[in-house]
Amino acid sequence: MTTESTIERGPVVPTGTAPLGLTPVASTSPLLLGEHSLCPGCGEPVALRILLETLQELGIVQRTIGVVGHGCYGSFVRIMDIDVLQCLHGRAPSCATGIKRMRPDVATFTLQGDGDMVNEGLQEVLHTAARGENVTAILLNNGVFGDTGGQQTATTVVGQRTKTSLEGRDAAVHGHPIPVADLVASLDGVGYVGRGTVGTAGGVLRTKKMIRTAFESQLAGEGFSLVEILTMCPTGWFVTAPQGPDYMASSMEEVYPLGDLRPRTKGTT
Amino acid sequence: MSTRGTLTIDPEKCKGCELCLAACPPDVLTMSSELNSVGYRYPILHDGCTGCTACSLVCPDHVFEVYRFPRSRT
Amino acid sequence: MTAAATPELTLMEGAAAIGEAAILAGCRFFAGYPMSPFTPLLEHLAEALPAAGGTCINCESEIEGVNMALGAASTGARAATGSCGQGIALMQEAIAEAALNETPMVVFNLARNQQDYFQATRGGGWGDYRTITLAPKDVPEAIEHTQLLFHLSDLHRAPTMLYGDPLLAQTRVGVRLEKLDFGPLPPKDWELDGTRGGTGQSRQVWTWAMGKATDPGPGPDLHWQNIAAKFAAINEIEQRSESAHCEDADTVVVAFGSAALFVEHVVAELRAEGHRVGWFRPITLWPFPGPALEEATRSARRVLVYELNGGQMIDDVRQYAHDRSAIRFIGGVSIHESGLSYGPLLDAPVIRERILAALPEGDPR
Repeated sequence: MTTESTIERGPVVPTGTAPLGLTPVASTSPLLLGEHSLCPGCGEPVALRILLETLQELGIVQRTIGVVGHGCYGSFVRIMDIDVLQCLHGRAPSCATGIKRMRPDVATFTLQGDGDMVNEGLQEVLHTAARGENVTAILLNNGVFGDTGGQQTATTVVGQRTKTSLEGRDAAVHGHPIPVADLVASLDGVGYVGRGTVGTAGGVLRTKKMIRTAFESQLAGEGFSLVEILTMCPTGWFVTAPQGPDYMASSMEEVYPLGDLRPRTKGTT
Repeated sequence: MSTRGTLTIDPEKCKGCELCLAACPPDVLTMSSELNSVGYRYPILHDGCTGCTACSLVCPDHVFEVYRFPRSRT
Repeated sequence: MTAAATPELTLMEGAAAIGEAAILAGCRFFAGYPMSPFTPLLEHLAEALPAAGGTCINCESEIEGVNMALGAASTGARAATGSCGQGIALMQEAIAEAALNETPMVVFNLARNQQDYFQATRGGGWGDYRTITLAPKDVPEAIEHTQLLFHLSDLHRAPTMLYGDPLLAQTRVGVRLEKLDFGPLPPKDWELDGTRGGTGQSRQVWTWAMGKATDPGPGPDLHWQNIAAKFAAINEIEQRSESAHCEDADTVVVAFGSAALFVEHVVAELRAEGHRVGWFRPITLWPFPGPALEEATRSARRVLVYELNGGQMIDDVRQYAHDRSAIRFIGGVSIHESGLSYGPLLDAPVIRERILAALPEGDPR
């Protein structure tokens, strides 16, 4: 490893200027209209990016409507270049139902945090799934109400400290977390359910594939699809940004195992 | 060590989360000693980049654009 | 009005007639949760709306139903929901949301056992919004109001409400289902259809109206000021009322909805007997036709408010009647023993007695 004193600034060129003769392999999605203002090390912008990349890669950017709930990710409405309904906390699956029934050829998705979907909106997501509505729900699960300062949600794992469980969630006092993706995966009317993570590069790639599978399932009319994405929230977890992915893996992946919880039965996964 | 790829790095976008350092398989990123204009350290690229895109995959802040050198035929 | 041949007279239950009127108005989405006496409207549309090319969902809660309607309406479709009482209470959040993100929809409030005036006109949502509410007195008027509400919703980009009750929903009446044209409407240049992705021109339906990073919107402050101003303007132009025999009346009876139908009948009787009684009926509960009430009560020494509750519309009567000291409440809570409809107070002889009891000794002079 060369020391900083020999290469203080590596082969850095101004962003947007392609080094001559080089093949670009990764850059910012054009569907992003600006930068977000979320915390250092937050996983939600990563999830947003791979969602928008998937829409582009599937070629459905000009027939997509998103329904965004309330949370830190709510500010994404300003930087997503797609038609968006910003809706009430928990109600996105119901709004998506109305949209999809009126515009069946439009790819419709929800973007919700765990507080939104699993606290306020548990009824909405379960009923929408059981009804087999052809919409894709994206759950950003970080086990806290981030936007309101880090309180406990229905997905906070036992032992996790939050503003309303400062000594750590105690099952005897605060009950148990709800793995909503597993509940949804058990329902008829569901086309695909996956759970991924954005804590590692491999996780990001696998989660992006899940998002693609979910939209393909929707477009094939197979019913409701859900991708639960474990996203880092170092601020809410009282850890540093670099500690986020490891903390997430060790505290959340046992309660929320990764993988295809309900693979597509028709077509390819 | 062969350098098969390179990055553009936007120091002003970085929030110093260091997720890229942990993600980089050949371990060719370190954080600067300088601070950007909002007070964060940002990544510095060293020799040996493979252009694997792991850094840009995990980065929440679109700091990177990743490029690969054309493969030489020898 | 259309120049087509007069439609046939058909015997129909009120809820079914309202459902057919919604279909005539181009309603393509309806979601509802069973709750008496609203349920027949849901049942009718469950059968009739798909046959007309629309979608009707028997949703799993009132909250889901109103949010489905909001989503459907955000795409530009004419959408509606309905309930009564407790169910309307559950919908308050979404009604306010639709008012603040400017999404049209019609809410059919077929109230149950009292006149829920406060709920309809004050609402329980947040923000500076009001809900245009029409209270038909009978089924033929409800057919007109249903179509008018879809028009007003689209015209003003706001949720609106039809205020009905068990009599309206369950009475079978001879009706003519005629499609009404209320004039031109602005194009829905705000509707979401998903086609503008990646163009920089993508749209948002958002209570905070912040717009995009590349194309900022007015933001919550200016947007909500605009919304408040919009409802203040609607207040001036959408008041509707009806009255009779008020010019020389020294007693005016104020009532709305089905109750007003009874009052109209009783007042006609009393007039024939020589009493100088008139009646005034707000058609829009909001905007309340205050100036018209003021005019109608100009010569009245008694303003009798008859409503089936503990006294709700009387608050607005107190604001506008020409002489506040002339106001007396002759209504009351009156609920059928089943809990599902009005009680003995909604009865012409009882109303007659209450009006007479308010008149001076020896009336008519």
